[in-house]
Amino acid sequence: MERPRSSAANALSFYIHIPYCVKRCGYCDFNTYTPQELNSANLSLITTPYIDAVLREIEIAKKRVGAVDVPTIFFGGGTPSLMPSAEITRVISKIRQEFHLEEGAEITLEANPDTLSASYLDELVAAGVNRISLGMQSAVPHVLAALDRTHNPENVERACQLVNDSGIAHLSVDLIYGVPGESIEDWKISYEQALALPIDHISAYALIVETGTKLAARVKRGELKIPPDDETAEKYLIFDEAAEQRGFAWYELSNWAKPGGACRHNITYWNGSQWWGVGPGAHSYFAGKRWWNVKHPNTYQNALTSGKSPEASNELLSEVNKRDEFVMLQIRMSEGISLNDLTQEELARVSKYRDSGHIEGANWDAGHLVLTRTGRLIADRIVREMLV
Amino acid sequence: MPAIPLNKAPQPSKTDPAQIRNFCIIAHIDHGKSTLADRMLGITGVVDARNMREQYLDRMDIERERGITIKSQAVRLPWKSGLDGKEYILNMIDTPGHVDFTYEVSRSLAACEGAILLVDCAQGIEAQTLANLYLAMENDLTIIPVLNKIDLPAAQPDKFAEELAKLVGCKPSDCLRVSGKTGAGVEELLDQIVAQIPAPKGSADAPARALIFDSVYDTYRGVVTYVRVFDGKLSPREQIQMVSTGVRHELLDIGVISPEPVSSAGIGVGEVGYLITGVKDVRLSRVGDTVTSYHNPAKEALAGYKDPRPMVFSGLYPIDGDDYPILRDALDKLQLNDAALVYEPETSVALGFGFRCGFLGLLHMEIVRERLEREFNLSLISTAPNVVYRVFLEDGSEKIVTNPSEYPNGKVARVLEPIVKATILSPSDYIGTIMELCQSRRGTLGGMDYLSEDRVEIRYTLPLAEIVFDFFDQLKSRTKGYASLDYEPIGEAEGDLVKVDILLQGDTVDAFSSIVHRDKSYPYGVMMTTKLRELIPRQQFEVPIQAAIGAKIIARENIRAIRKDVLAKCYGGDITRKRKLLEKQKEGKKRMKMVGKVEVPQEAFIAALSTNSDGESGKTKK
Repeated sequence: MERPRSSAANALSFYIHIPYCVKRCGYCDFNTYTPQELNSANLSLITTPYIDAVLREIEIAKKRVGAVDVPTIFFGGGTPSLMPSAEITRVISKIRQEFHLEEGAEITLEANPDTLSASYLDELVAAGVNRISLGMQSAVPHVLAALDRTHNPENVERACQLVNDSGIAHLSVDLIYGVPGESIEDWKISYEQALALPIDHISAYALIVETGTKLAARVKRGELKIPPDDETAEKYLIFDEAAEQRGFAWYELSNWAKPGGACRHNITYWNGSQWWGVGPGAHSYFAGKRWWNVKHPNTYQNALTSGKSPEASNELLSEVNKRDEFVMLQIRMSEGISLNDLTQEELARVSKYRDSGHIEGANWDAGHLVLTRTGRLIADRIVREMLV
Repeated sequence: MPAIPLNKAPQPSKTDPAQIRNFCIIAHIDHGKSTLADRMLGITGVVDARNMREQYLDRMDIERERGITIKSQAVRLPWKSGLDGKEYILNMIDTPGHVDFTYEVSRSLAACEGAILLVDCAQGIEAQTLANLYLAMENDLTIIPVLNKIDLPAAQPDKFAEELAKLVGCKPSDCLRVSGKTGAGVEELLDQIVAQIPAPKGSADAPARALIFDSVYDTYRGVVTYVRVFDGKLSPREQIQMVSTGVRHELLDIGVISPEPVSSAGIGVGEVGYLITGVKDVRLSRVGDTVTSYHNPAKEALAGYKDPRPMVFSGLYPIDGDDYPILRDALDKLQLNDAALVYEPETSVALGFGFRCGFLGLLHMEIVRERLEREFNLSLISTAPNVVYRVFLEDGSEKIVTNPSEYPNGKVARVLEPIVKATILSPSDYIGTIMELCQSRRGTLGGMDYLSEDRVEIRYTLPLAEIVFDFFDQLKSRTKGYASLDYEPIGEAEGDLVKVDILLQGDTVDAFSSIVHRDKSYPYGVMMTTKLRELIPRQQFEVPIQAAIGAKIIARENIRAIRKDVLAKCYGGDITRKRKLLEKQKEGKKRMKMVGKVEVPQEAFIAALSTNSDGESGKTKK
């Protein structure tokens, strides 16, 4: 069966994990650590040795994959903007040195709106960064408080201005909805403010209460109440409509962009392209194998210092695995799945969703399965039913 | 030592009836019968200490684990009386200890001249024991009241001696006191068996008549039939005939159990032993039937034969539809050893292919189900148990209904349902709560007697359907586990009954149809629709759940359409986790059943079909 694969076999994107935060937010289950958790007085003492380790892993990548084209780099975290720009520069230079960093490659860095400065942004531009992603989450103070976020909502607008002034072409903000205590009105306030920002990309995520987080504990204790799913669904629908009106088109279930603003890096995850995740806990996918690194920064650095691979474990994807992932990921995207890529049985099982308005009728008739607004909200269910 | 070496003891077929004593032990499941039996095997020397194991006579794993005896056995114990110094043969006939097996118990009793009434003197007598005691008294058996577990710190032998004396009609001082555990008083008990229980009587010259009191399938030997000879003699290689079925067999082997089978030159008047004919199906060798000689047949059968009649029915379905043939073979095999089990194929729209099975009662049902799951590695869904209804239609025709979904819609003139006489023994503190329960279950009070100052026997007439629902669990929970229950069928009565159907999106779910009293149809409908609303996950469309009597809707709930079933984030590190979750969900999907267009998880069926929270009837010792 033919599978659409947009990137060439000799391309490899890089994800660089920066596992540090000043403070851990209550909802976050990412692999990130505060200086206190690492028994360090401040981050400056740990950044340089950490980036040394990152560079060593990039060398391992070179040995493993050889000369490849690098279309995108993404600094995620954690809080990558905590890194001095010199460290970011070292990483990008290293990749440029070991591989072929494509002309016009997309280089994204996630940033905290509170701490961005014009000079820092200038240094990032010099290093090659051309896309910034700001964690905004909400514009409503009590919602931010429920998320245990510290930033001042006004800083987001200031940060956007700074990014624009720096000449960085692409700017995204993240929102979270479905937060305890957030009303429909609260949500409207947040997204209206966000959509009015000088940005070309916006991600909006329904809150996932991850086990083991402070948020989960507070929900369990009854201190916070998760809004009903139906209300969260409603928030998705009104947001999708508002985003569309403001010129943002959805291209993935939780991502919207103005023309040319789609995040090329994230698309590599969804269309089955190859990427290398550098840093503790990072996942990689290359040549049909997926692996992930040891989780703790210290263990990670120790492995690399002693010349060992930081790989913790891996899996070789079977044809069935690959096919499951293809359907599961591709259905989240606006380009959808060609009906030719589905079996007759699969088509028969999901055609009822066309009748119920969960699958776009016109696309279906033209040979493509594309989910409607309401369909995206039950995408996991449709995938389950299709793949039985 | 009063034990006699086996080779010196009186031999089978050559034992004078005057030297024989046939007895059984009537006891509640955890009152120490098996331990006492073990002790008797040890003291009489038929099992030496080296070969002894606990609950020696209980064959099946399930029996040993649950501490209950399903199949009775007979053991020949040689004993030299400490009172007269003479040699005797004691045949201990083990009886099943549960309500469902009343008929088997009655046949075991019919094979004896006496019974030990064994009561745990920390607990007192239980309802089932009392029922069996009455049965023994009706059979004119000599009763020896025995208080067991006198070694326990909580023992109250004086209190319960009074209780037993009152029941048996003797003096409290006539109650023997033993400990099966330590062996205290057991030798004296053996002597009293000899002294008090009459020797069997019968005519050695008459045509042979032997009562089948048990029949067990053995993988290697086929059916092993246990008999008590009343007249004449049975010999090896002889042609025998079963009087009720007319089936003729050759006696391939005959012998006694001591406690392992030992072939003998035959068995004579008053003796107890086993027969092997090579048949493979216990239904050809039925409990209660009379064995006679083919060439010199008896004119009259021994009294009391009854066909086993299933009282409780339930649909059994494999959770994995592919297991249907395994279930069929498993039932075939179980039936070889269980003449009371009946079944026929049944198809349910909701549950697929399965069998409607008939059982003697709830415990019988549980045991069969547990054996199917354990011995044949099957995972099963069973529908809620129901009784047999006789439905008379307005056109005068009659229909027997063993499956609620077959209950006729409309045009019903009247319905007969089985009625039981229930006996409940309880501390008197709970009289009020027990009466309340029985009244709410359409019971009619038959009488009440104090067994002692603080223990009472309450008798009710109840529809069996009310008992098979969750009566026992309710009784136990309302009396903190102190009350015990026994019941016996006493006939049929007319009931104001209706069938309540449950509909999902307009489609009847046959597995949930139930026949209930009209007054309870509304609460039942509300209970089921509410339960299902919680159990069935939301679907892509709205699903109405309705309870209906015929075309009349009596309760309704709605499952709203699902609006959100997606994880918002799926980046590099999420993909493996999400795919693995999907693989797990795909497995779960296979366990979904489709009712019309509605997907119902197996768990929802199981939970909706169980009448209580833990699915245990509570009748068994844990």
